[in-house]
Amino acid sequence: MRLRVAAGGPAALKVVAAAGAAAAPVRLVWGGPLERPLAPLISPWVPALELDSGTVLFSPNAICQFFFLARGEEPTDLTNQWLEWDATELQPAAAAALYTQLVHGKKGLEAVEALGKLLAHIEQNLSRRGTAYLAGDTKSVADVVVWGTLFPVLQDQTSLPSELQALRTWFQSMTLLEVCRKAADSVLTPKALLEFKSYLQKQPPPSLAMERATSNEPEEEEGSEHVLTEEEITAAADAWARGAAVLPKPWQPQKPVLPVEGMRNILITSALPYVNNVPHLGNIIGCVLSADTFARYCRLRNWNTLYVCGTDEYGTATETKAVEEGLTPQEICNKYNAIHADIYRWFNISFDYFGRTTTPYQTMIAQDIFQRLLARGFLLEDTVEQLQCEDCQRFLADRFVEGTCPFCSYEEARGDQCDKCGKLINAVELKNPQCKLCRGVPVVKPTKHLFLDLPKLEEQLEPWLEQSWATGNWTANARYITRSWIRDGLKPRCITRDLKWGTPVPLDGFRDKVFYVWFDAPIGYLSITANYTDQWERWWKNPQQVELYNFMAKDNVPFHSVIFPCSLLGADDNYTLVNHLIATEYLNYEDGKFSKSRGVGVFGDMAKDTGIPADIWRFYLLYLRPEGQDSAFSWSDLMVKNNSELLNNLGNFINRAGMFVCKFFGGTVPNMVLTPEDKRLLARVTLELHQYHQLLEKVRIRDALRCILSISRHGNQYIQVNEPWKRIKGDEKDRQRAGTVTGVAVNMASMLAVMLQPYMPSVSLAIQGQLCIPLDCFILSHDFTCTLPPGHRVGTVSPLFQKLENDQIEALRKHFGGGQAKQSPPASELPPAPATLVAPSDPQLIQELTEEVAKQGNHVRQLKANKAEKTQVDTEVAKLLELKKQLALAEGKTPEVPASKGKRKK
Amino acid sequence: MAAAARPGPGVDELALLEKLLGLPKGNKYGVQGERKVPVLQTNNGPGLTGFMTIAAHLVKQAKKDQLLGSTAEEKAVVQQWLEYRVTRVDGGSSKEDTRIILKDLNIYLEDKVYLAGNIFTLADILMYYGLHHVMAWPLFSMLVVTTAAAAAAGRRRVSHFSLGRQAGGIPGQDTVGCSSFSRICAPVLPSFTIQSH
Repeated sequence: MRLRVAAGGPAALKVVAAAGAAAAPVRLVWGGPLERPLAPLISPWVPALELDSGTVLFSPNAICQFFFLARGEEPTDLTNQWLEWDATELQPAAAAALYTQLVHGKKGLEAVEALGKLLAHIEQNLSRRGTAYLAGDTKSVADVVVWGTLFPVLQDQTSLPSELQALRTWFQSMTLLEVCRKAADSVLTPKALLEFKSYLQKQPPPSLAMERATSNEPEEEEGSEHVLTEEEITAAADAWARGAAVLPKPWQPQKPVLPVEGMRNILITSALPYVNNVPHLGNIIGCVLSADTFARYCRLRNWNTLYVCGTDEYGTATETKAVEEGLTPQEICNKYNAIHADIYRWFNISFDYFGRTTTPYQTMIAQDIFQRLLARGFLLEDTVEQLQCEDCQRFLADRFVEGTCPFCSYEEARGDQCDKCGKLINAVELKNPQCKLCRGVPVVKPTKHLFLDLPKLEEQLEPWLEQSWATGNWTANARYITRSWIRDGLKPRCITRDLKWGTPVPLDGFRDKVFYVWFDAPIGYLSITANYTDQWERWWKNPQQVELYNFMAKDNVPFHSVIFPCSLLGADDNYTLVNHLIATEYLNYEDGKFSKSRGVGVFGDMAKDTGIPADIWRFYLLYLRPEGQDSAFSWSDLMVKNNSELLNNLGNFINRAGMFVCKFFGGTVPNMVLTPEDKRLLARVTLELHQYHQLLEKVRIRDALRCILSISRHGNQYIQVNEPWKRIKGDEKDRQRAGTVTGVAVNMASMLAVMLQPYMPSVSLAIQGQLCIPLDCFILSHDFTCTLPPGHRVGTVSPLFQKLENDQIEALRKHFGGGQAKQSPPASELPPAPATLVAPSDPQLIQELTEEVAKQGNHVRQLKANKAEKTQVDTEVAKLLELKKQLALAEGKTPEVPASKGKRKK
Repeated sequence: MAAAARPGPGVDELALLEKLLGLPKGNKYGVQGERKVPVLQTNNGPGLTGFMTIAAHLVKQAKKDQLLGSTAEEKAVVQQWLEYRVTRVDGGSSKEDTRIILKDLNIYLEDKVYLAGNIFTLADILMYYGLHHVMAWPLFSMLVVTTAAAAAAGRRRVSHFSLGRQAGGIPGQDTVGCSSFSRICAPVLPSFTIQSH
């Protein structure tokens, strides 16, 4: 017999180990995943045992079982139980854990956490029975099978929690067995693992398996779910009854928005994008989109909010780009500033003002801060050596010099780094340096520069930081990065540059120099505000009234937490300093990084060409916002989240609620008589709302989105249990119940529209239009109140979301690269988004039709069984087909292919 | 942690299997977890957990061990298809899943009478239980149509699952296997015939 295994595939491990353990006379054939499958059921990574009879076994557990059977070891109830548990519970969870390890790069410990309950199950069994092995005191097939599933995820017993003592001992003794060790060495080679990883990356995440694994733990979920108290239920019912009248009126600030005495005044900035880079999805979620969501939330809380941003335009990179494109730096900035503005407009970013740094205000404010620092003795002068091109009449920035690498003699090394040996180079050390522009030979010249005296400012910085950390919300990474910067010691930092494109230094001896971008750029926040309103100082020199939130990715933290605050503290003019520094981790693309040069990843200007609406992008990016750890954009995950969370959960609930009002109550919200069950629901929704506020106040944007989805899940369940489409046909009492359920549901939908507004503004607006929600209700309080009272008229209700199809997503994945970017078709060849909206599944109609189809089907079968006349059978079959066609239409499917229809999913 | 909650479909099937095997009533079942995994309560110890584990246990209890296969090979094949039943058939929920399963089975059964070759086993019974609900749906007609075509071409192949007692009349069909299947299953299976479109 031959055992074919694909090295690297996790299932290969147990069969190789079992063959060894049972000393089976088997010929091992190693193949990659590309081997032609032996039978249709076999996935390319699953091992296959070809028996001499021609039979092929493809289940890893059955193969293991066979080896032990062949040796005369019969299965027992206990070994069967372990094998079944392994196949149904452990394998799906282990596969999901392995996926997160290999594809999302999660660390072993986190993956083990996901397996927690299952590991505890093994521990309990081992310790309760007090046996050394799973099914007794000797090894059996069960041990090899379970070990083989766990090993690829755990690798060794040290990744197991120490309290699982029996499991650790068992796992270690299994791992130490020679057959197991040998199997692991031969199956899990680094090369094979890489191959398996790249295979996994092309697969959708095993989300089902993971959900199943977690939903296996109902006790825990119920345990962790807050138990509602009577007070909470009463309070929720009271708040509901008070109605929209008690909601505060939405605050409409005067334009321009200025701080208002007695109000909470929130100033929000997102890191200024560098002008000549087109932002990718990671930039967008890290800065502008996160800040936008928070700004929208603040406005819904009636906090007086100003959100500003703009392009950072000065610096070497712009100069280089200008030379490349044959334009002036200013022309480059104009061109790219417009591209940025377009992208953010498409993403529906609600800046109060989107400006730029190349303005007279920038010069004025930067020079003023400089003068104040100079006057207070916080600037130092020093001389550095730099290359100067005498032909071009200028000092050369590092990337404007090429020459021979001093380390490896590579002839085209750049002034900052050698592309061949990768070493960092000090430009003056290059041999045979050349000016990249004119090919002239630059000479080393001493040049004077100014330095910000950070060590001297440290004594002001530290108490301020302490105070800001104590009172504000700084993300953990922001605190950590700042702390390590200060711990490593602050040194004077050069703030001037021998460049032309920048803010001129207003000091004799330095007039041909400009400010270094890191000194200049954050001042852009102030100058951009100044371009918005001449009363900008009411925002920026007003820490008593203003709370400042800075949004950025983590690489920007030191500039905002140390250097810029030092500039402002030293300038000593009562500046508003950051209170809340919100930094994200990185967003990766599929399995790697976004790369403009390699054409990998989705960039801001391409998102609209995908045919996927901006709000879907916003939703997905916010759903995986890298809060606390890096996350990865994945096309298949985008599809899954759209189709499951938006279409099936949120969209389905809001649509059903609205449809019931239209269909059953002529578009008028019915009377509601709340039962204790309804009041519990109100309290449950109120709890989610409170959670949403708590999270958003801490700017945990991603987590707060889960509360929205949870409310619509509660809503779907509520409708499902109460079946208003059935009760509407019942007696007076039933009809009243249908009315109450519909009324409560549509009010939940109304509140969801408001809660959703920071995340998906266009969808929120669409719901507002469909349900005719009064604009005065677009306000977030801590109460869930009845905003659409009985008698309220709703408008035309239609579906909110479109299904994303696999083909479409595959085409997009190919187009945007993801490891294998080849020639991508122009955007115009992208598959169009499916034109058909998924029709609202009107559950009542579908249910009726389904019942009729079943009834007619039975009737036809009865006739045939009774050998009825052919004509009579034909007539009834025709009726059946017609009913099926109607059902298909009601379900929003194409009726031409009734043969491919399956069971309706509820 | 077997809860005395509403029994799941697994428990119903096990009761059906008990009847088929001629076992006296008296076994008590519970269910566990979200997926309502059946648990057979026993007098000693924590009971047996898992649909295929309990089914195999019942077969041995009824002393019909041949239904689990006689040789190592047959036993492993039966094990494999029981696992397929609980992971793939029970795990799949969408139309697409069902389509793939039926396609898989159709190809696998192309040259076989039963799942384990020529002998009728527990795997056939449980696969039948697991699949018969989809037969009411037009989807299943796919399997039927290809089966009928193959049968007409004179090839020996099954769909005992689908053809049930109709099959006897089709030339080339393995009527022995077929009738034994229906003989065993007839007392407990809901009667059905295939509707043609």
